[in-house]
Amino acid sequence: MEQDPNPSSATATATIAGPATDRAVRRALAEHGRLTVDAWGVASIADLYVLGLTSHATVNVMLAVESELDVEFPDSVLNRSTFASVESITAAAELAAELAS
Amino acid sequence: MTLVLPAPSVVDRFAERASAVAEVAAQFADEVDRDARPPREAIAAMREYGLLAAAVPTEHGGEGASVAELSAIATELGRACAATGMVFAMHQGQVMALWRHGGDGAGVLETIEDVRGGALVASATSERGVGGDARRSTCSIEPTDDGRIRLRKDAPVISYATEADAVFVTARRDPDAPASDQRLLICRTDTMVLSQTSTWDTMGLRGTCSNGWILDTETTTDRVFRDDYAAISAQTVLPVSHVLWASVWLGIAVSSAERARSAVRKQARASVGTTPPGALRLAELLVDLQALADSVRHAAERFDAAADDPDVLASSAYALAANALKIGASERVTDIVTKALRIVGIAGYAASGPMSIARHLRDAHGAAVMVSNDRLLGNDADLAIMTGVIL
Repeated sequence: MEQDPNPSSATATATIAGPATDRAVRRALAEHGRLTVDAWGVASIADLYVLGLTSHATVNVMLAVESELDVEFPDSVLNRSTFASVESITAAAELAAELAS
Repeated sequence: MTLVLPAPSVVDRFAERASAVAEVAAQFADEVDRDARPPREAIAAMREYGLLAAAVPTEHGGEGASVAELSAIATELGRACAATGMVFAMHQGQVMALWRHGGDGAGVLETIEDVRGGALVASATSERGVGGDARRSTCSIEPTDDGRIRLRKDAPVISYATEADAVFVTARRDPDAPASDQRLLICRTDTMVLSQTSTWDTMGLRGTCSNGWILDTETTTDRVFRDDYAAISAQTVLPVSHVLWASVWLGIAVSSAERARSAVRKQARASVGTTPPGALRLAELLVDLQALADSVRHAAERFDAAADDPDVLASSAYALAANALKIGASERVTDIVTKALRIVGIAGYAASGPMSIARHLRDAHGAAVMVSNDRLLGNDADLAIMTGVIL
């Protein structure tokens, strides 16, 4: 799982030090995303489905993010495109946090 | 995960407005239920957003909503507040008769214009003494000496009468007509006197405020529908009402399933990666819910497809199918809500709170009782001997 067939993801390590939401999303992807690459090194906009994410794994990624951030993704964002990239999952999680507050 | 499919644009034009009204309805749903009072705020919102007028045909200056569109709205409202959904559904079942069966009398055309402007229509079909059979009347339309007509009806139930701008009333055509020779009469609130005879204090659907009333009216002959009530009932009121009631019940079922899903999701979050036992029950629940949704929406589309064909609508097979939807959906909704309650567990059994299924369950049980399933099966029994189902 450590190998990186996607050259674009290797340049994205700087985002590891990003905000808490980004870290929660990457941790969820690392633990439950079953990606073919290291989730901590994936570019924010890289297509996660190309990197091995399945719709079944998506459920656990969502649950893990919800659990860590204590939010609930609204139905309106629960679609395939939301889980297509780290950036889009992060945006959805932040929307969920806004709705909860 | 919710699979988000692109909705047909024809459904879209009411989606935002239905959702805005549903938000208002949801806000007052518990209070409406607790106090058994009409959902006034939601009724005002339905009027404001044009949902009460949605079905008025384009040739009368309206938006001409199809029954499929009304069905989607009814479900959205029912999901928020079943009483609000039922007010919407009962109103539409009546007003659609106006342009389909009313003719072009001045009183009818004026009422269509009122509906386009947001008027709410109630109905008085059942009558004390005929045992809930909407297709028989004791009271009759009586001529007065000055060429007007008068009517007095002892109605065991008129839903949301205090909120309505008009009540459509069934009665025998004249004092000599048999019980089944019925006409439908438009009674504007300002031409009638209502005396309350009973109070609606029920297990569920408390906000429909379906009290008993004696209705007295004196009005003009141009407020009698052109077609007889046998045709109005078979071709419009009964099939449309059954589809839209079932659409509201679907909304109740959807809302209970959402709470079940929320409960299972909470369990799943506690140990991500291990599917909680409730998920299997939830998956099973969604099988029933999808079947209910499919049957309701299909029935709505079937009406739209046959809407202008009186021969199809008047056929035995169509009558059986319309009753089958009502009977089937009313039984499914209690079943689905009960299953949802089991999945949610004790938080669902709570009388109130964000996970409570109590109101859903009480509302759902109204479905089989309002126009009793046994009465419909009794009507079906003779037809069943000679008619099968629509495939």
